[in-house]
Amino acid sequence: MARITASVYTSHVPAIGAAIDLGKTTEAYWQPLFKGYEFSKQWMKDNKPDVIFLVYNDHATAFSLDMIPTFAIGTADSYQPADEGWGPRPVPVVQGHAELAAHIAQSVIQQDFDLTIVNKMDVDHGLTVPLSLMCGQPTAEDFHWPCPVIPFAVNVVQYPVPSGQRCFNLGQAIRKAVESYDEDLNVQIWGTGGMSHQLQGPRAGLINREFDNAFLDKLIADPAAAAAIPHIDYVREAGSEGIELVMWLIARGAMSDVAGGKPPKTVHRFYHVPASNTAVGHLILENS
Amino acid sequence: MSLEKPYLDVPGTTIFDAEQSRKGYYLNQFCMSLMKAANRERFKADERAYLDEWAMTEEQKQAVLARDLNRCIAAGGNIYFLAKIGATDGKSFQQMAGSMTGMTEDEYRNMMIAGGRSADGNRVVGEGGDAQAQHQPQGSAHRAPPSKAGA
Repeated sequence: MARITASVYTSHVPAIGAAIDLGKTTEAYWQPLFKGYEFSKQWMKDNKPDVIFLVYNDHATAFSLDMIPTFAIGTADSYQPADEGWGPRPVPVVQGHAELAAHIAQSVIQQDFDLTIVNKMDVDHGLTVPLSLMCGQPTAEDFHWPCPVIPFAVNVVQYPVPSGQRCFNLGQAIRKAVESYDEDLNVQIWGTGGMSHQLQGPRAGLINREFDNAFLDKLIADPAAAAAIPHIDYVREAGSEGIELVMWLIARGAMSDVAGGKPPKTVHRFYHVPASNTAVGHLILENS
Repeated sequence: MSLEKPYLDVPGTTIFDAEQSRKGYYLNQFCMSLMKAANRERFKADERAYLDEWAMTEEQKQAVLARDLNRCIAAGGNIYFLAKIGATDGKSFQQMAGSMTGMTEDEYRNMMIAGGRSADGNRVVGEGGDAQAQHQPQGSAHRAPPSKAGA
């Protein structure tokens, strides 16, 4: 049967993608950030999954105001990197895993989560920047991502976004769905976005190290408490766009300790300020 | 019964809720259209004519022409949509975010390098932090640029 072996958490700042694409990763501004992902790139090589279930948010790219799905699962064979206005990122097409995605869609809907099923969409920096950070930028000679990816988009653009509790519960449903798939697959679940940042208004540039680090502590050791954080606390403490952190709770809810297993092992933890407007947080948790 | 909106007392912050989204529908969809290279070219060639193709309010059009993102947000814009205007202008997200504070690009960048804006004094309207209404605009971007000699 398929299993979730690990969860990865990372911010997905567009400027990080631009720094990679423009070859700026060794510049003084960016070097400390990319150093924090050196371990992660080696870890990905040593722990290559068969599939990545990647929780992210679309930033007015695939979903305009014409349709705003709260939870959308990609069940396509592949996804093109989007042109977000600066031209598409020069990264490979993202290959999907349509069969597992369709299985998860059916199982999770049967567990009372109303997913939107998406058979055609482009993916933006929210999905491709975490892939670049964790896998390294694919070279021209070997231009592909290491494994198929199931995109799972969460609305965090138009308020109200789903609550942390609902995201945490959804993660538990995703774990059950994965474990009910017959083929032996090593699946990682990634939660992306955050940490503290605000991109709008006179309060733009807000960063809250104390909140972010307390969130990382809670997410690791007491995820149910992290899930109980109300929306308004994210907005007040971590900035209006800090609310993206609810997506981390989907990945955390899918870990086996939440269903009575052993606590996960924290194999990597990293925090850095700033990347453009944003505090960058990163965790790798392995199921024991 | 009225809706629960616990976020209205956060200073310097507009939460893009259903009401803002309804107000800003055409403004945001105009922004969305700039994801196509051909539309970016048409917009750049004649901004006013391109805006007039959209059922936007005059205030929304003026806010876009002035590249005043705070005005755009007040008129229902959302930053992820408005970012398409910045992208069309060749601006980074940091330049766009900074433009809403009144700081110059350098001032804002330096604030971020120094650890960002503190939440202290900026959690609730009426406190004393730098994002509060009484401290706007911040920085020196609003000061008139030095006049050019002979101009």
